[in-house]
Amino acid sequence: MSEPVLEVDNLSVTFRTRNGLAQVLDHVSFSLGQGETLGIVGESGCGKSMTALSIMGLVPTPPGRIAGGAVRLRGEDLLSAGERRMRSIRGNEISMIFQEPMTSLNPVFTVGEQIAETVRLHEGLSQRDALARAVETLKAVGIPAPEKRVSEYPHQLSGGMRQRVMIAMALACNPSVLIADEPTTALDVTVQAQIFDLLRELQDRTNAAIVLITHDMGAIAETADKVVVMYAGRIIESGTVGEILADPRHPYTQGLIACVPHFLANPPVERPPLVEIPGLVPPLSDLGTGCAFAPRCRHVMPRCRGERPPLMAAEPGHEAACWLLDEAVPA
Amino acid sequence: MSAAPETGSKQDFLRVEDLKVHFRLNRRLFAEQRLVHAVDGVSFSIRRGTTFGLVGESGSGKSTTAFAIMRLVKLTGGRIDLDGIDLGGLEGKALREMRRRFQIIFQDPYSSLNPRMRAGAIVREPMDLMAIGNPEERDGKVAEIFRRVGLRPEQQALFPHQFSGGQRQRIGVARALSTEPDLIVCDEPVSALDVAIQAQILNLLRNLQRELGLTYLFISHDLGVVQYVCDEVAVMYLGRIVEQGDRISLFGKPLHPYTWALLSAVPSTDPALHSKGRRIRLVGDPPSPIDPPAGCRFVARCPFAVERCHAESPRLRTIHPGHSVACHLVDDDGNAPHHRLD
Repeated sequence: MSEPVLEVDNLSVTFRTRNGLAQVLDHVSFSLGQGETLGIVGESGCGKSMTALSIMGLVPTPPGRIAGGAVRLRGEDLLSAGERRMRSIRGNEISMIFQEPMTSLNPVFTVGEQIAETVRLHEGLSQRDALARAVETLKAVGIPAPEKRVSEYPHQLSGGMRQRVMIAMALACNPSVLIADEPTTALDVTVQAQIFDLLRELQDRTNAAIVLITHDMGAIAETADKVVVMYAGRIIESGTVGEILADPRHPYTQGLIACVPHFLANPPVERPPLVEIPGLVPPLSDLGTGCAFAPRCRHVMPRCRGERPPLMAAEPGHEAACWLLDEAVPA
Repeated sequence: MSAAPETGSKQDFLRVEDLKVHFRLNRRLFAEQRLVHAVDGVSFSIRRGTTFGLVGESGSGKSTTAFAIMRLVKLTGGRIDLDGIDLGGLEGKALREMRRRFQIIFQDPYSSLNPRMRAGAIVREPMDLMAIGNPEERDGKVAEIFRRVGLRPEQQALFPHQFSGGQRQRIGVARALSTEPDLIVCDEPVSALDVAIQAQILNLLRNLQRELGLTYLFISHDLGVVQYVCDEVAVMYLGRIVEQGDRISLFGKPLHPYTWALLSAVPSTDPALHSKGRRIRLVGDPPSPIDPPAGCRFVARCPFAVERCHAESPRLRTIHPGHSVACHLVDDDGNAPHHRLD
């Protein structure tokens, strides 16, 4: 692999809560090269969005605190970069697409003004050139009649159009890293497909690295190259998308894949009950010393309750944090 | 000649015929009167004890159809029969009494439960309103329903915020069950839940159907869920049904170009779907149901449209037993234009 664009190295984040200190991210590590897409999956509260916010330098401190580790963009540590430097990176070299296009756009400015603001700040363009760039970007994300749309307000656009505007805004400065946090959750499947196509197309053109946060295994299967699965603030499995989907090694990953009725070309006549993952994600302030998934795990062993499993290699490039892998090692 | 879709079989528990729901848009005083044709001539029937799915993009009219059956919006035309009783004709007390037989589960278990009522009271309220049994019997019944949906009877005393999302949806299910209904409308019942919790609720709904013989009208935008849960499925587009069939033939061999495009848009882990050269993309957003086109409603986005499609609205006709389609381009042997491309 070429030099990684983005490296997250043993990142730990804690939050002070009423119930004590919560370990929101616990030694999270991954890296991403140019043109690569990394999928992050897991239930709500597993740390997916917190990972994104940490990369963007947007963890609210306090109550949050970066307890350790590093986030490197082409080798430059972002955690020790000042706010001024971060401001020049955000929206420029690292951009983010949020889940809710309606609440993430400012309702009192036209979409053109909002895109223009980004390029004016980062590239120092005049208002007029910035608006011209906005029209160009809207065109690039497939918005019909961009000259007209540029002076419209967010409420005048449909959900799919608004998400395209968000993408246009994120891409206006050709970022090298794009973080997409559930970018299609509120959209119709036909529009979802358009948005994923658009992201792929833009990636081909700009070679950006994409971090895709989603709970949709289908979207992961079709867009991501690599996957990390998070549970209770830790990465519990990572590998290529093919390995994770075909041969998941952690019982949590297996459950996540099996609990969803997958859309199939030819549905079988028999419909066995869906696999359930019993229980809930544990409170992060009270994780104990064992594996955080142990209380919900079908394969739990005494060792799991006392000792937390580290990531172990299942095969080259495929790791899982589960003691089953340790047992599986041939003598 | 192909026959019109068969209706009126003995087992039909819910029958909807030519249902129309139009909304008036009068934004300005002297502006031209405009109508939203939210549901525009929809017919289908559901057999007792089965699950019927409605799918389609937003604005296709699936929720309005459900609300019309629940008698929560005014019908513009058509007929709804539940177990042989004309629901559309009922008013006042008669309608209220009939309501115990059909209930609804909503999408969002956060906003559909009154935060100031205890869980037990939420489940009990429909029984109180409909005077089911005497008050002492109701206490026992609430406890029994709690157990049935996988909650502990002592949790009756808690408030909604003290439950997790999945448990809250269980309360929503319990409330729907309290009047011992025959038909339950499930309007996106798992869309707001985490994936791991969805399976719990889907399994619960399935077990309840087996134990109690419930009939479901199931609305979801998640086609993986629909494919798993529903016995029969209707695809809606701009207020009309464009295709309807049992789950195996509808998903296995979609006939309408819209169904085909819709299914091809679903991201899937199934390698069979990746290799099929399927990526047919619908351009643009679903069009508006205000002043819909005169011919086929899908004409503007259909890659195969011919002149006839612009002029003449196709009617729903049966191709195989249990599989009907409204498209001029599908012949009577079930050959559809997109089959050449698959």
